[in-house]
Formats: sequence, C-alpha cells, structure tokens
Amino acid sequence: MDGLSGEIWQPVRLTIELAAITTVILLIVGTPIAWWLARSKAWWKEGVASIVALPLVLPPTVLGFYLLVVLGPDGPGGLLASLWGGRTIAFTFQGLVVGSVLYSMPFVVQPIRNAFAAIGDRPLEVAATLRASPRRAFWTVAIPLARPGFLAGAVLGFAHTVGEFGIVLMIGGNIPGKTKVLSVAIFDYVETSQWREANILAGGMAVFAFAVILTMTLIEKRVARINA
Amino acid sequence: MISDQPRTIRAKFRGGLGRFVLDTSFEVPATGVTGLFGPSGCGKSTVLRCIAGLQHLPGSFCAIDGDVWQDQTIFRQPYQRPIGYVFQEASLFQHLSVRRNLLYGAPRGAAHSESGSVPFDEAIDLLGLAALLDRSPHHLSGGERQRVAIGRALLSQPKLLLMDEPLSALDRPTKDEILPFLERLHQRLALPVIYVSHDMTEIERLADHLVLMQSGTVLAAGPLSVLQSDPSLPLAAGRDAAVNFDAKVEAYDAAYGILALQVDGGRLLVPAAPVAVGERRRLRIAASDVSLARASPVASTMLNALPARIISKSLIGASEVLVVLALGSNGSGARLLARVTRRSWDLLQLSEGMNIFAQVKGVALAQARDVVSEE
Repeated sequence: MDGLSGEIWQPVRLTIELAAITTVILLIVGTPIAWWLARSKAWWKEGVASIVALPLVLPPTVLGFYLLVVLGPDGPGGLLASLWGGRTIAFTFQGLVVGSVLYSMPFVVQPIRNAFAAIGDRPLEVAATLRASPRRAFWTVAIPLARPGFLAGAVLGFAHTVGEFGIVLMIGGNIPGKTKVLSVAIFDYVETSQWREANILAGGMAVFAFAVILTMTLIEKRVARINA
Repeated sequence: MISDQPRTIRAKFRGGLGRFVLDTSFEVPATGVTGLFGPSGCGKSTVLRCIAGLQHLPGSFCAIDGDVWQDQTIFRQPYQRPIGYVFQEASLFQHLSVRRNLLYGAPRGAAHSESGSVPFDEAIDLLGLAALLDRSPHHLSGGERQRVAIGRALLSQPKLLLMDEPLSALDRPTKDEILPFLERLHQRLALPVIYVSHDMTEIERLADHLVLMQSGTVLAAGPLSVLQSDPSLPLAAGRDAAVNFDAKVEAYDAAYGILALQVDGGRLLVPAAPVAVGERRRLRIAASDVSLARASPVASTMLNALPARIISKSLIGASEVLVVLALGSNGSGARLLARVTRRSWDLLQLSEGMNIFAQVKGVALAQARDVVSEE
C-alpha cells in the first residue's frame, strides 16, 4: 500500500477496538437481560424487550441526541467525568463505547434470548433432578446449549458496531485517534475527494459485511442441524 | 424433620392447574416399585412432578422415609431432593458425550462408597452401556438414549427413582428391549421406584405396589395383586383383567421341561426353559384363563387344578361373572381372578364361600416374555 499514509489504519484500529470492547460488554450485560427475557413470566417483560429493541427503529441521530444530552457537560455524564477531572463523556472514546453498547444491544440480546428460549424447560429440569443448583445448571447446561446464540450475537454486535455512523457523528465527533472510526473516515475521505482511500476502506467494509453474513448463515445452518 | 414413618412415601397433593384439579393422597412403602397407573390426563405425571419438586402446589405434603420434602412451611427445590428422574423423552444433554451425561449428576469425589450407592461400572453393566460411552447423544437410537437417561439418573445416587412413562415414546420392539433392563434393575438394586404408566403390561411386569388414579384423584393404593383382584376397582372388571404373583422356583423337571413354582397357597406347573431352584419369577394369570370345577378333574390334560375358595362374585354385563378366588382349601392363599359365564355359575350351583378347583389354562412367566399355553 505504498503512497498511503499510516493515517488510514488509525480509524481501522480504533474501530476494531471499539467493536471488540462493545461486544465484550454486551455479552456480559446482555446475557442476564436475555436470560430474564427468555425465562421470566412477568407481564411487563415485553416492555423491557421493546426498550432494548428501540435502536432497531429509532433514527441513530435521535439516540445520539439524547446521549449527547445525558453524556454532555450539563448532564449526569459531565458529573461523572468530573470525578476524573474531565468535562464531558461526549466526544470521548468512552462516550462512543456507551453509545455503541446501547445502539448494538438488540443485535446481541435478541439472538441470545432466542437461543435460551429454544432450549426450553426440559434440560434445566433434568439438571435440577441431577442435583445441579440453578447456577450450575445455567453455566453447564444453558450457556453451552445456547452457544450458537452467543456466536450469532457476538458477530452481529461486532459488525453492527463497526458499521455505525449516525451516533458516532452525534456524540463522537471526528477526533483522529479518539473517535474517528471507519465510517466517519470514509465520509471524510469523500468530503475531501480522497477517493482512493475511501475506496479502500469502503471495499474492505463490503468484504467484511459479506464475511459476516456468510458466517451468520453457516451458524444458523449448524443450529438447524443440532436441533434436528 | 423426622416423622415416625420410616420406609414409606407419603404424598398429598392438592391444587388446581388451570382447569385441571388435583386432589390426591396416598401412602406406599418406600421399597420396590410403585406403579402410578391411570388413563392419560388423570394427573399421574403431575403427581410425579410434585414429588420431584418440579411443580409446586402450595398446601401439599410430601415425605419420604420420614424426611419431609414439602409441607406448609418447607419446600425443597428439586436439586435439593435426592431423586433420580427419568422423563418420557430421554432428554440427554446434547452438548455432552454419553459418559459426561452419565456423570453429570454423580457425586464429586472419587471415594464414594456409601452403602446402597450404584458404582459406575455396575450401572454400565446393568444397562449395557459400555459400547456407547464415548458417543454423542446424536448418534444413539431411541432405546439407547433412554437407557443412558436411566443410567444418568441412577448414578446421581438417588434415594428415590421417579420414572415418568419412560417407555411410552418408544416403539414396541424398543420397549421389549428396555423392559428386561428395568426388571434387572428392580431385582439387583434396593432403590425404591415410582413408575408412572398408562400401560398395564408395564405395571404388571414391574410394579409391586400400585396407586390407581382417575381424573385427578386416587382410587386406591396397595399391593399390586390386591388391587388387581379387587372387584370394586376397574382393573378386575376389564377385558384383560389378570393377577400377578411372585413365585419361587421349587423344582425343574428336565425330562418334561416343566417348572414347578411355589405361590402362596398352591403350586403351579409351567412348561418353561430351565430356571435355577430358589429363584423368583413373576407370573401372570389372566381371569379369562381360569375356569372352575367342583371336583378335582380326574383325567385331564390341564396341568394346574388348584384347590381354592370362592371369595366373591360380581356380574360383568349380562352373561359373565367375575369370581375372586383365594388359593388353598382354607382360602388363605393368594387371590386369583376367574371370568366364567353366568350360565356355568348357575349350572354348577356355585356360591360364595364354596371350595372348588381352579383350573389354570395359561400362566405367563414375565421374564420369559412368552405366554405358555397348554391346550
């Protein structure tokens, strides 16, 4: 890639970092939510499910706007930032992580919830009759059986975070090395007529998207085979 | 919480489940196999789930060996009850090998030698699982899966084994493949079992005690043969009414291939393959295979004509009579059922309390699984 400055790789690295951190957080936070949504009999659980699913429907700019209010200097985020001497969480990498976690949440929670629901009561009842406490049954039966759901959730969560644009623009700005991720970088290159750089990044994204969808299809096929 | 009733299972489950209302109460010995029998939808599986704690009906009671599992204040979670549970479908853990399925509920720690515990090798041997250990549940037949499920339940070292129609999802040949395993289990292990089924042939081969259920209530509970021969219960009145005995092998006549079996109040001769003297075999005698004679038949090809006393008779329809007999001339032996025509009853001038001879046309040896007829 002669002639290309190193700066083209910076947004790639940053994007991968953001997506990886977001995915890990979402797996940790999303699993209990998905478990509760799959198992609870509370009448209001679909309300919670709808809130989790909101980013599917909401324009990213709307979510970004509210995040800006909450994370900005005058919101609770600003208060929080003052703890370590900062002024705001908006326009920081941490702010991007918060936004990404919320925005990609449904893509992780939904497949995991479906996988938990697909297991049904029986394997957990069997585990209980074999003296497994609910905690042991969760770790040794529910999690392994829901593995395809976790795989799908992780892939989708990662991919979706890589592709986000609207929220990043609203709360991240465009600070190289801190908040300038891939999608914004492409936008930048186009704005400044650096078509070659834009082309490389956009092409890479297209290949990535293809790989993601192929992976997902293969996972689903495997799940279908296991359930057969 | 130790009550004063050791070696018994006491259960009282009351409550509504949707439109279905359960109101059951029974007490059976915590030894041998107790059959929970009744038509589909009568609530027998629900009773089993309540015993396991998988279903919680508040205000119910359940105690095993004086150990209270549920009462007004106590409700032990399923994983806190020393049970093994075999479901209708094997429900193996699909992500684990057969070996790891078997060991899932096994107590951790190598030195497990409590009395009455089932060692791994014995369970494997009993259920014929040696060749399956490293396979995945995906690659097992229905019968193999159910055997693994039974082994898995046994290896959790339960004090009570609960089986919920373990054979009903299997086809006839597979059932016949598994039943002998269950019989061996029954013979070799001292573990009490509650066995739910709507198939009387399974109950007859396995159960020692019976709890008869109908639409959410318990009709009767007691030893199998007592309930079978009670004319007020639906079992005796049915087309395929029969009584089971546990008989002891007394002698084997190798020249004729005839087995002599000792039952309470009599002796039965049955053509069969050799069996060691002293062994116990379960017999089944159908009511339709027993006829009555006022005198001992002098010249007859019938092998078995046992002195017995008529205990009671009841009409079945317009033309048939169900007769309850007690073996032995003093009427103190095991109960037997005979189904004869009303015409014969009147012609022979039979009456309750009379001593007669019961001619047995056919005796089924449970283990041999073939009905031996001699006509």
